[in-house]
Amino acid sequence: MANDPTHQFLVNKIVPIEIGGIDFSFTNASLFMVATVAAAAGFLYFTTGQRGLVPSRMQSVSEMSYEFIASMLREGAGSHGMKFFPLVFSLFMFVLTANLLGMVPYFFTVTSQIIVTFALAILVIGTVVVYGFYKHGFGFLKLFVPSGVPGALLPLVVSIEVISFLSRPISLSIRLFANMLAGHITLKVFAGFVTSLGALGAVGVAGAILPLLMTVALTGLEFLVSFLQAYVFAVLTCMYLNDAVHPGGH
Amino acid sequence: MSVTPASAESTPFEIAQAETPATSHETDTHAAQPAGEVHTETGVAHGDEHATGVFPPFDQTTFASQLLWLAITFGLFYLLMSKVVIPRIGGILETRHDRIAQDLDEASRLKAEADAAIASYEQDLASARAKGNAIASTARDEAKAKADAERAKIEASLQDKIAGAETRIAEIKAKALADVGSIAEETTAALVEQLIGAKATKAEIASAVKTAAGE
Repeated sequence: MANDPTHQFLVNKIVPIEIGGIDFSFTNASLFMVATVAAAAGFLYFTTGQRGLVPSRMQSVSEMSYEFIASMLREGAGSHGMKFFPLVFSLFMFVLTANLLGMVPYFFTVTSQIIVTFALAILVIGTVVVYGFYKHGFGFLKLFVPSGVPGALLPLVVSIEVISFLSRPISLSIRLFANMLAGHITLKVFAGFVTSLGALGAVGVAGAILPLLMTVALTGLEFLVSFLQAYVFAVLTCMYLNDAVHPGGH
Repeated sequence: MSVTPASAESTPFEIAQAETPATSHETDTHAAQPAGEVHTETGVAHGDEHATGVFPPFDQTTFASQLLWLAITFGLFYLLMSKVVIPRIGGILETRHDRIAQDLDEASRLKAEADAAIASYEQDLASARAKGNAIASTARDEAKAKADAERAKIEASLQDKIAGAETRIAEIKAKALADVGSIAEETTAALVEQLIGAKATKAEIASAVKTAAGE
């Protein structure tokens, strides 16, 4: 079943660990989480080791990612939002590195697991809620009451706002998860056409050219999606954090 | 033992069949071990054959492990970022920013110095030019005055000479004129004598000459 397009998402145990009857095994997913952290942190750490006044190419990449997220957060949540810079930067780098590592053949894509993206989304929304109440108390609830809405419409608007707030972690996590999942399945399916058509002789090989071209094009597209989804995740995190910093600021 | 990976997937009926010919001894050993072994084998089968039919990302049995390891790895990553990487990159960027600002200050200071040097140079040049002009005009004035004085002296001396010459000319002219009068009188006397044969008096001739000269 090498051509099973969902085979790549299977979580296999590497070191079985069980605590209190719950399975906490070190799996291939865990391995690639470690790899993601090692790759991202290692890259950022070693490229900036020189502390060059005139940056090398790789140091520029690290600095660009820093400044990219810093300006994104400053525009999204203002200068008060900059206290969340480590969180947004970590999220962006983690998701981006996990997405890109997943593009390597035979590598596991950490972000194609709904539980991972959901946990990251809950981390974002949890930060928003906890910080919002900590900083503004019940003033945080002004988030759900836009100013300038006539009293008659208020219950309707408030309920819409509440529903939209509650749907945020779901949309945030499913967007990333579904993009990675669908992209990898599509790639696998088209690549599978190539191998199965190739096995049919000369006509099959000729027919395999089209799916091969599709696979190449989709690989390029998937690299774009990898970056784009990390970017979207970070931008939305900035917007949601803006609500925690400025709850009345609709 | 008697349960091979292939038979792990077989129906309970088949397992029962497989176990049927087994001795009670074998059944006992099988009963003693199965929990762990069957568990791992079904795990492998599940992995390879996708037997349970659960879409892998929705397989809830993996959630606890993924959450734990995500918490460990992402927590570590967050710590590394916030304690090491972000301060370091922030420091690099700040140092560069400071250095650029410092260099710009230095450059603007140097530019001001250069401007001041140019201004003082221009001033020196202007004053030197003015001084040169002054010296030149003084020299010219002096030369002019000297030349004027010389000319005036020469002109004066020439004037003197001209005056002396004119006086002399006038004297000579007067003398000549006086001579002319006497010559005329003599000539007249001789003419009169020749013509009429009588001598005219000197006074008569003089008055006649004067009358003629007065005409």
